[in-house]
Amino acid sequence: MKATLDLRRVGLALVAPVLAILVAFVVTSTVLLLAGDPVVEVWTQLLTAPRPRLVVAIINGASVYYLSAIAVAIGFRMNLFNIGVDGQYRIAAFAAAVFAGQGWLPGPLNIIVSLLIAVVVGAAWAGIAGWLKVTRGVSEVISTIMLNAIATGLVSFLLFRVADSTAGSNVTNTKTIPTSSQVPGFALVPGTPNKVYGFVLLAALVGIAYWVILNKTRFGYDLRATGRSETAAVASGVNVKRMVLTAMLLSGAAAGLVGMPLLFGQDYSYGTTFQPGLGFAGIAIALLGRNHPVGIAFGALLWSYLEQQSNGLQITVGVSSELVFIIQGVIVLAVVIAYEVVRRAGLRMEQRKVARQLSDQPGSPTPEGVTV
Amino acid sequence: MKVTAAMSVAALALAGCGTSTDKTPAAGGSTTTAASGMKIGMAYDVGGRGDQSFNDAAAAGLDKAKAELGIVPKEATAVNGEPESAREERLLQLIDAGYKSVIAVGFAYAPSVKKVAAANPDVKFALIDSTDATGANIENLTFAENEGSFLVGAAAALKSKTGNIGFIGGVNVDLIKKFEAGYVMGAKTVNPAIKVQVKYLTQPPDFSGFGDPAKGKIAAAGMYQQGADVVYAAAGGSGGGVFQAAAAAGKMAIGVDSDQALTAPADVKSVIITSMIKKVDVATFDFIKAMTEGKFTAGNKVYDLKAGGVGYSTTGGQMDDIKAKLDAYKQQIIDGKIVVPTKP
Repeated sequence: MKATLDLRRVGLALVAPVLAILVAFVVTSTVLLLAGDPVVEVWTQLLTAPRPRLVVAIINGASVYYLSAIAVAIGFRMNLFNIGVDGQYRIAAFAAAVFAGQGWLPGPLNIIVSLLIAVVVGAAWAGIAGWLKVTRGVSEVISTIMLNAIATGLVSFLLFRVADSTAGSNVTNTKTIPTSSQVPGFALVPGTPNKVYGFVLLAALVGIAYWVILNKTRFGYDLRATGRSETAAVASGVNVKRMVLTAMLLSGAAAGLVGMPLLFGQDYSYGTTFQPGLGFAGIAIALLGRNHPVGIAFGALLWSYLEQQSNGLQITVGVSSELVFIIQGVIVLAVVIAYEVVRRAGLRMEQRKVARQLSDQPGSPTPEGVTV
Repeated sequence: MKVTAAMSVAALALAGCGTSTDKTPAAGGSTTTAASGMKIGMAYDVGGRGDQSFNDAAAAGLDKAKAELGIVPKEATAVNGEPESAREERLLQLIDAGYKSVIAVGFAYAPSVKKVAAANPDVKFALIDSTDATGANIENLTFAENEGSFLVGAAAALKSKTGNIGFIGGVNVDLIKKFEAGYVMGAKTVNPAIKVQVKYLTQPPDFSGFGDPAKGKIAAAGMYQQGADVVYAAAGGSGGGVFQAAAAAGKMAIGVDSDQALTAPADVKSVIITSMIKKVDVATFDFIKAMTEGKFTAGNKVYDLKAGGVGYSTTGGQMDDIKAKLDAYKQQIIDGKIVVPTKP
């Protein structure tokens, strides 16, 4: 009986994203029709298999998005809305870049210490919001948004002081990381000289750690319990304030790693060309992946895929690449709605089932099957 | 039911966005029959064709080349917040599609041009606004924005009644500081006691300050409230918001890159007393023309006041009374009697 129920659950879990993608497909096509753009060509372009070098770019982009979404998801599981991942990753990447650029430590040691710095700085920045929430009851939504703005100002203020820029150049960067501390990539995809970031592994490790901590530890259990019902958690002896602060610190620590694949695998410095806005993409991807490490991986890949395929839209079809923003937005919206619809449908199915069981067995009124 | 309602609302809202941005890229190519037929790829910066400013100036040069030289253009635009790899990919896809002359509009393309140019020595690049990437197949097209900004700074000081003017830069980078340096010096040359409020909309690596009218509007409204009566918008597409704020406050504004008194919406045209013109269109056209004639010269080509690469616009007639003074300054700069700094 348990097996069939689980099967149904898996089915339900798959229905939602498929439904969402279908809705996104229909809405986007409608938008295209209304705008008088060629619908078929757009989908052909978006759905053709990407070239090898694009595959590399998609994986690289996804690894960064994945870290960002995991950072957001840690907060989500605790019912914390950490909008501040954006500020946290930027300030952490900046700090790590400044340190790594100095090259005080040899090769790999430099990388490890820089990663630690990024983690600590990210956690500390998020910790401010956590501390404010715990001690003063400030909503983390408000404080993290404010901290994003402060991070932007602080980083640019400091960047101009430590910048290693040449006169007349518009590129303002921290010192380039010594070659010995740059993380080499993997030539995973044949047919292109471009390499996949070595730190794709870092993203995978963080994903595994996220799953283990949440599902296999006492702490993870407490965190999920507090996220589901604070009162129930308090009743079973969980110190909610400590959990809030810890979750915020963990979320910030993961956020601190977001910029690392870019820093050590592509840019080798923090500056004007460093990719902005990763934290906000992370929120959307965490929603898309339902806070599940595997779901988030698919979400990150889908996000990156759409983004990288968008260039071809302009060049081969002549449709603005901002169309991809519409698709991404609709998918997230549709996923959230579809999950709710499917959840309710699942609930109704379960209720009907229990009712049937109860009427079948008038002797035993305890509905044990419900808790599965 | 609720879901469908939400979806249709979303669709309508999105359709609104869709129509405004999607229409602009011309389905280029098939219609041209003129002589040259040369394929020219154009990679715009954030904002793209339709920003009524920097990118539009480049687009004007491209359009002129299409009409006069019969080139076959292909355009692509950067998206705010995209990864660096997307910029490279854009250039590569243009090359893959057979566009062997590529114009990269904006300094943000410097790192990707550097990489892609080195890997594709047979492709010729024009890089506008930057000398960060150089090579045997790169022509760097730069402008003396400080000189042009000096003139509109002088104009602002001559027109200001409050002795208080504003400068709004899109993004706080060296390029835009060049505008600020010239503007402030021009204003102080006319009126040493003038107060210049300076504000940058965003800090790198956030480049949204070049394409966010809402940010420009808030910043300008603040400056007008604090007594400024002329604000210079060196902020690309964000300038549209500055003009709206000027119209709302009944004050004056100065446009940038293109003659914005011509390109801005009708309801704000009257507030734009002049624009610092940066002839990106001329530079773009010159490059394309040279390419069609088989003449490519690598290296930095500077479009300054002397070469007519920068200047100020007189559309609307609000410069008529001070034109003589401005032209005197212009001559002094050309003669080297006034040296305009590039850093504030």
